[in-house]
Amino acid sequence: MNAGAGKNRIGAITPATAGSVLDIANLSVSVRGEDGEREVVSNLSLTLARGETLCIAGESGSGKSMTALAIMQLLPQPAARISSGKIRLGDTDLTVLDERRMRRVRGDRIAMIFQEPMTSLNPVLSIGQQLTESIEAHTSLSPAEARQRAIEALKAVRISEAESRLRQFPHELSGGMRQRVMIAMALALEPNVLIADEPTTALDVTVQGEVLELLRDLQRQHGTSIILITHDMGVVAEMADRVIIMRHGRMVEEGKTSDIFARPRADYTRELLAAVPRIGSGVGRQKSRHMETATPASVASVEDLHVRFDLRGGVFGRVTRRVHAVEGVSFSIAPNETLALVGESGCGKSTTAKALAGLVPYSGDIIVGGRNLSGLGRDERKAVRRDVQMIFQDPFASLDPRMRVGDLVAEPLVIHGIASRDERSQRVAALFERVGLSADQMDLYPHEFSGGQRQRVCIARALALRPKLIIADESVSALDVSVQARVLDLLKELQREFGVAYLFISHDMAVVENISDRVAVMYLGQIVEMGTRDQVFSNPRHPYTRRLIEAVPVPDPARRRSRFARLDQEIPSATRRIGEAPLKLALQDVGNGHLVAADSSPV
Amino acid sequence: MTSPIAPDLTAPARMPAKPRAGVWRRLVKRRLALLGLVIVAIVVAAAVLAPWLTGYDPNEQMFDGLTIEGSPLPPDAKFWLGTDLLGRDLLTRILYGARTSLIIGIVANGVALFIGTLVGVTAGYFRGWIGSALMRFTDLMMAFPALLLAICLAAVFQPSLWIVAMVIALVNWVQTARVIYTETSSLAEREFIDAERTIGAGAPRILFRHILPHLLPTIIVWGTLGISTTVLLEATLSFLGIGVQPPTASWGNIIFENQTYFQAAPWLVFFPGAAILALALAFNLIGDALRDILDPTQRGRA
Repeated sequence: MNAGAGKNRIGAITPATAGSVLDIANLSVSVRGEDGEREVVSNLSLTLARGETLCIAGESGSGKSMTALAIMQLLPQPAARISSGKIRLGDTDLTVLDERRMRRVRGDRIAMIFQEPMTSLNPVLSIGQQLTESIEAHTSLSPAEARQRAIEALKAVRISEAESRLRQFPHELSGGMRQRVMIAMALALEPNVLIADEPTTALDVTVQGEVLELLRDLQRQHGTSIILITHDMGVVAEMADRVIIMRHGRMVEEGKTSDIFARPRADYTRELLAAVPRIGSGVGRQKSRHMETATPASVASVEDLHVRFDLRGGVFGRVTRRVHAVEGVSFSIAPNETLALVGESGCGKSTTAKALAGLVPYSGDIIVGGRNLSGLGRDERKAVRRDVQMIFQDPFASLDPRMRVGDLVAEPLVIHGIASRDERSQRVAALFERVGLSADQMDLYPHEFSGGQRQRVCIARALALRPKLIIADESVSALDVSVQARVLDLLKELQREFGVAYLFISHDMAVVENISDRVAVMYLGQIVEMGTRDQVFSNPRHPYTRRLIEAVPVPDPARRRSRFARLDQEIPSATRRIGEAPLKLALQDVGNGHLVAADSSPV
Repeated sequence: MTSPIAPDLTAPARMPAKPRAGVWRRLVKRRLALLGLVIVAIVVAAAVLAPWLTGYDPNEQMFDGLTIEGSPLPPDAKFWLGTDLLGRDLLTRILYGARTSLIIGIVANGVALFIGTLVGVTAGYFRGWIGSALMRFTDLMMAFPALLLAICLAAVFQPSLWIVAMVIALVNWVQTARVIYTETSSLAEREFIDAERTIGAGAPRILFRHILPHLLPTIIVWGTLGISTTVLLEATLSFLGIGVQPPTASWGNIIFENQTYFQAAPWLVFFPGAAILALALAFNLIGDALRDILDPTQRGRA
């Protein structure tokens, strides 16, 4: 693979500049907004050496993505512009390059991969078309040669059956596969610099490890310099040679990875590292609390829950296949207890939550406060459901943008006819104060709040009916770590105060370890392991649980792994043909209520 | 975005906005919206006060309204906007025509919008067999030539202004229903609707408090677009003899009666055309402003 052979490459690396590939000097980016121009990146300088991995870490709004877009000259037009500074690739200043010449740099010399591989691939073009398109655009290769190059690129990212994959479309691949295709596209032309903007954030942990390892391998082979943009300190520790910590568009600290983690100089870095949930540290709770008390009556329990979605096909729209989202799940939650439901995307954890919240039809039994929901009439069910409230993942999507937050929090009270108008507004004000907002913010609209504040509004809303159980569906996943830590603290405080139980759904093992009393691990719609937090984390018995725990990147460069747990094959699909019900796993008690699926065959 | 480390709870989320200052007051503060309101007011005044604004009878074919050769007169001091082919004063006809066109443009269009929204929202929110049935019916109506349908309907009923308005409404709701359906079904998938269900909100509450407000921009756009469409559809119907019966004036039928003479007497098409344009534009300006005012996320933006 010798990209752009014989072509005069822009910004060639000459011996004079051989030390660094990319050199940014005093870069400032400003964005024009409602209230005039605002600097989102201020006076940033950095150099990227050949074959180096530089991590730019920071929370949302720190300007890390804007830096990446500035390097690519892909700043959102016309609002954002580079107000000063130079970006030198070899001996060329990219900031003064015109669009036509910049196009030759993109892809060929600097490539970029984005967070969400589904949206960055064109859904109507096959993988092959997209791969060869970029190769043909930058080289003088014939279509057949370009195809050959595309196949090589897919093989390089360890995609099996590369030839037949070329004919597939993005939606036919899993998230991890798509991200590998993106990497293949980015690396097909052997760029000098690869910018990866949160490349594994949208992926499951086990897949994340694999993609990171792939990036490392490819870098070793080709000597590509990587700028890795991430908010995840675990990924930083795992990958970076050097780290830049950014905040509010400024560089807070720069240094070798081991130094930053061992001896952070800036206060902000220290706080950031302190806020990172760490697996195995057992922060938050000394002991699983429910070991000593006798099992009290449960606030809610689920017995043999099934949720299946029919897929229709054929001319007559008959049901041909079924998604077996939840297959015979049973658990119960005691008052004042936090049960965490963990697993990777598609394992059915969110569907279980939705069934419990009454959002999807189910079969099986859901018992809330001793009453089986399926036997109740509509009004009774509404009354019982008051005891189960839900906090969603995305606080930006789960609040009606056209309602004032005060009205939103008051709405549950209105619906259930609780309290008079005056009393309502008092109660809402009290709720606002309780979740750490101020009562005079009640007249604002959701968009006027930050992510963490909105999640607090959602919590206030869930609390309004004084429920016995709150389902938190990935409720802190979309938040920055420091905000996440504070929201988790708030949830714990509220539990102590109101004795509410949580069903905490998450893919993040570190967060789960921090908050849960008991943990249930789900895989393909079934629970494969369930027990107290200590049982599951200190003594994981099911291979899938073990792999989940191992796959979490540890925010400690000293504990960097040489190899990640590898997935031998894709996670099987939960979609099955009619009449092919999946095998039901039997759970065995291995001591003290620690349940493990006897048959470990699916993993 | 607030600072990530500084406690997010103390960060003031911008200036606390004043509670809903009257929509009307905010509307008249916008210059373009005010212009729209003024134009609508003028048209309404013209319709109501027509007999007092002009000394002519709209249907009188005046002897001095034509040249010796029998062609219409261009605008002059006596006939401000000229005369039409039959020697009637154009200004007078446009003033009286405003009555017809306002009723068509507002009532017929409003009813069409109402039916369209109702069908679209019902089908989009409830889906299932109700949704399929409603949407298949909408598709059927769409495939059926609107003019043919209008002719059939008009033939069944005795033509009168109100009947014409209803016929137009029955023909025109289809596009609105389609668009509203698509939007409702994507809104119904949004997470905040699920969040409403979990707190126990029933269908009426979700539909009226949480879905309809989000549909307003679309409804407003289709409403303003519908004004010129319906006014012209009325003209087409009267041209075919099934609309408002001549000699009653409407802006549409003035254009239609005179369109063949466009080159010789351009004012005959220009003035009523300008009137339709002004009315549609006026509603568009008001609608645009209303959309921004009612959308809290737009507040503070130009």
